[in-house]
Amino acid sequence: MIAEATTTTWFYACNVQDVPLNGGVCVKYNDVQIALFHFSRRNEWYATQNECPHRMQMALSRGMIGTLGEEPKVACPFHKKTFSLKTGECLNSDECAIKIYPVKIEDGKVFIGVE
Amino acid sequence: MNILIIGNGMVGYKFCEKLVAKSNSNQFNITVFGEEIRPAYDRVHLSEYFAGKSAEDLTMAPASWYAENNITLHLGDPIAQINRTEKTVDSHKGLTVPYDVLILATGSAAFVPPIPGTEKNGVFIYRTIEDLEMMTAWAKKAKKGAVIGGGLLGLEAAKAMIDLGVTDTSVIEFAPRLMPRQIDEVGSNVLKTKLETLGLKILTNTNTSQILGDDAITGMQFANDSKIDVDMLVISAGIKPRDELAKLSGLTVGQRGGIVVNQKLQTSDENIYAIGECALFEGMIYGLVAPGYEMAQIVADNLIANINNSPLGVRSFSPYDMSTKLKLIGVDVASFGDPFANGEGITSVAINDTNKGVYKRINISADGKTLLGGILVGDAEQYNMLLQTVKNKVVLPPNPEDIILGSRGGEEVAGAGITGLPDDALICSCEAVTKGMICNSVTENNCETIDAIKKCTKAGTGCGGCVPMIKDLVTHTLKANGKIVHNVLCEHFNYSRQELFDLVKINKLKTYDEVLNMFGKGDGCELCKPPVASILASLWNEIILKKGNDTAQDSNDRFLANIQKGGTYSVVPRIPGGEITPDKLIVIGQVAKKYNLYTKITGGQRIDLFGAHLSDLPNIWEELIDAGFESGHAYGKSLRTVKSCVGSTWCRFGLHDSVSFAIKVEERYRGLRSPHKLKGGVSGCIRECAEAQSKDFGIIATEKGWNLYVCGNGGSKPQHALLLATDIDEETCIKYLDRFLMFYVKTADPLTRTATWLNKMEGGIGYLKTVVIDDALGMNTQWEADMANHVDTYECEWKAAIETPELRKRFSHFVNAPEEKDPSAKFEPMREQVKAKDWK
Repeated sequence: MIAEATTTTWFYACNVQDVPLNGGVCVKYNDVQIALFHFSRRNEWYATQNECPHRMQMALSRGMIGTLGEEPKVACPFHKKTFSLKTGECLNSDECAIKIYPVKIEDGKVFIGVE
Repeated sequence: MNILIIGNGMVGYKFCEKLVAKSNSNQFNITVFGEEIRPAYDRVHLSEYFAGKSAEDLTMAPASWYAENNITLHLGDPIAQINRTEKTVDSHKGLTVPYDVLILATGSAAFVPPIPGTEKNGVFIYRTIEDLEMMTAWAKKAKKGAVIGGGLLGLEAAKAMIDLGVTDTSVIEFAPRLMPRQIDEVGSNVLKTKLETLGLKILTNTNTSQILGDDAITGMQFANDSKIDVDMLVISAGIKPRDELAKLSGLTVGQRGGIVVNQKLQTSDENIYAIGECALFEGMIYGLVAPGYEMAQIVADNLIANINNSPLGVRSFSPYDMSTKLKLIGVDVASFGDPFANGEGITSVAINDTNKGVYKRINISADGKTLLGGILVGDAEQYNMLLQTVKNKVVLPPNPEDIILGSRGGEEVAGAGITGLPDDALICSCEAVTKGMICNSVTENNCETIDAIKKCTKAGTGCGGCVPMIKDLVTHTLKANGKIVHNVLCEHFNYSRQELFDLVKINKLKTYDEVLNMFGKGDGCELCKPPVASILASLWNEIILKKGNDTAQDSNDRFLANIQKGGTYSVVPRIPGGEITPDKLIVIGQVAKKYNLYTKITGGQRIDLFGAHLSDLPNIWEELIDAGFESGHAYGKSLRTVKSCVGSTWCRFGLHDSVSFAIKVEERYRGLRSPHKLKGGVSGCIRECAEAQSKDFGIIATEKGWNLYVCGNGGSKPQHALLLATDIDEETCIKYLDRFLMFYVKTADPLTRTATWLNKMEGGIGYLKTVVIDDALGMNTQWEADMANHVDTYECEWKAAIETPELRKRFSHFVNAPEEKDPSAKFEPMREQVKAKDWK
């Protein structure tokens, strides 16, 4: 983790108020689409790839978020495949895991870490 | 491989069914020859023909079924000869057909004892529908009847005589008692007494020596020289296997008839099999349908395994349980396991209630632990249970007599009852369906009725004897699964939707988080958010994108549009009743052109515009709203459309103005959030061009007013709506609809259409009528007020969305590049329009 952190570059995505409470938005970083979630109920921020691996649709940012037990998750709006926001792992079928990104908040600004 | 089946009776048909069900269509070339002119019918229930069932009702499958499954069916054409060296058969009509495998399912014929005079008019056998037709004609002038045979088939024939109106009938049995193979003497006497009270005369120990009369029967003479007057006689004294063709072909047959088969049901020629009542296995002819079906299954399975080189072991036939239960002329008779078991240490418990005419006997093993068999006469309700107890060697309770006497105080009998059966207990022996398979179809496939179970598992479709048990299993399984398991929303809410609806209302909660904090736990999920959001919308009718509830909406609701392949959306403006002006049509066309949208007319008489980018949605709606359109709620679990026919304004048949009424109704209920989508229809006359009876509510004009139908739907399980009220005026119709819709919104489970809601409602449409029309719940005033509030507070949510900057801002794909569209949304041309690029 430490080694990774050293190579992480943080880019400014948007302001905290731009993201709906307990919901997501899509952030553009060069040609990459990143889904950013503000899980305000848990006071947590998450970022994942925007593409759902099931049908290759750029839609995860529009999905509902919630929990399975203690695990925070997002459900794809297309076929309700769910993925852990912490690990990216698919929770309700055998789709491959999604990529996750670190998020940090400074002065009301949201930064996403990319390699 | 050429498979040729001789005989198209129940077992011959079942063989075809089993073969096509499991094989690939091109593996077998199947040909069937039947002697009778009709395709196989249900001979077990032949007596129902007299009780009003038609030949079609009894048919196993129509001729078209054979055609659909590529089976060549030759009816009315018996086989004259089998040429075993060339492997061909010659039919009576002159066809010669080759076979690789030949199946003899020739069944049996009535056994006619060698009594002089059986050729006389008025003497019948009881075997085919033709026999029944001849009997029916003759019975019209017959007064005194007789049946030779006091066994199972003889008593069936006696029942037929009563049904035919020949109530003065004697049953003549050679043996000292009725049904000698199935029941003991005491049981037989109980049965005899019962039958005599119904008017039958029972003559046991009676040997017929001659049938009297010139051309037609006038009487019968017995070995003891007594005589009776008879003008109609049915001989039903047993069966004789149809083995003459096998015999002619040199196959081994038994001394007393029957084609000898081995465990694989092969005859003495390895390419020829015999199944059903013509087969003689270990010296036994199996004259019941269940073992016949089992034989058909085994041969079919083995042939398929063989052609597929399947590693599965060869299945073989073994001596079959001959337990049976019948209702003979209104009297239950059953025997199971070994009904006559006796031997060292074996005990029997019997009750003989001569008052009620009930006899029950059970035979218990020497160690007192297992049931060996028994007999039931007069009351066979416990048959299935007892049979299962025998078959599964269920350990008996300490007082085994309890299982026939019923518990006498104290605890319920343990170990008995369906709960005690193992999952592999065979419930339907005709179709080999176990308890586990039935329970599973309840749990996994939502089969909650007997019909659904029959369709899904085929259980209960043979003799039908297990149907009561299936019913119990369904009830039991549903209970075991529990309303709790089925009905709570998800891990975050331990309430059903209905419970939560009331709680939210009483506590006046307005946001998802408030509801979760007060009645839930954890942080919610995609299962509980939409129903809670729907409850909030139904109750308070606030804009669904209000802060705090926006992200609790299902994603279509959140963006007020339907997400489609590629991540673009479709747009459906409301077109009430399907009526639209040319000007508005032009606007739709202009908008579609401007934003490059694919347009299609929907099933609900509206126009769907596909391929809209998220960021274009507010602009598209701005233009549509300017032209007088409003949201069509196609994205919501809410009222979609009220379809109409043109009605009396133009149509020469129309009784009332169905379009105006449809618009009125659609505008009244637009935006109403409900457990599932809602559709309506209004037809101007009984021709029903609006297909209103396939909607959640349907209104059809009558001479005197309107008929109101409710709870229909199309979709995967189409169901017609049921009549709620007749000849009512518009005002009453709307009043009933208000109540009906509010009752549904308040009580249905999430994603339950009105049809399913009604199907699950105890009391069904009758109960619904008492609630909606007679106010059985005393809720109608409240519901009417709730609906009035909905109508008063309705506003178009798209209008609100485009006029509210912070809502409008949410309609962009990239939060940090709102002007850019999703580059991954791709289109392909199709018939002068576009379609979404196919996904992987």
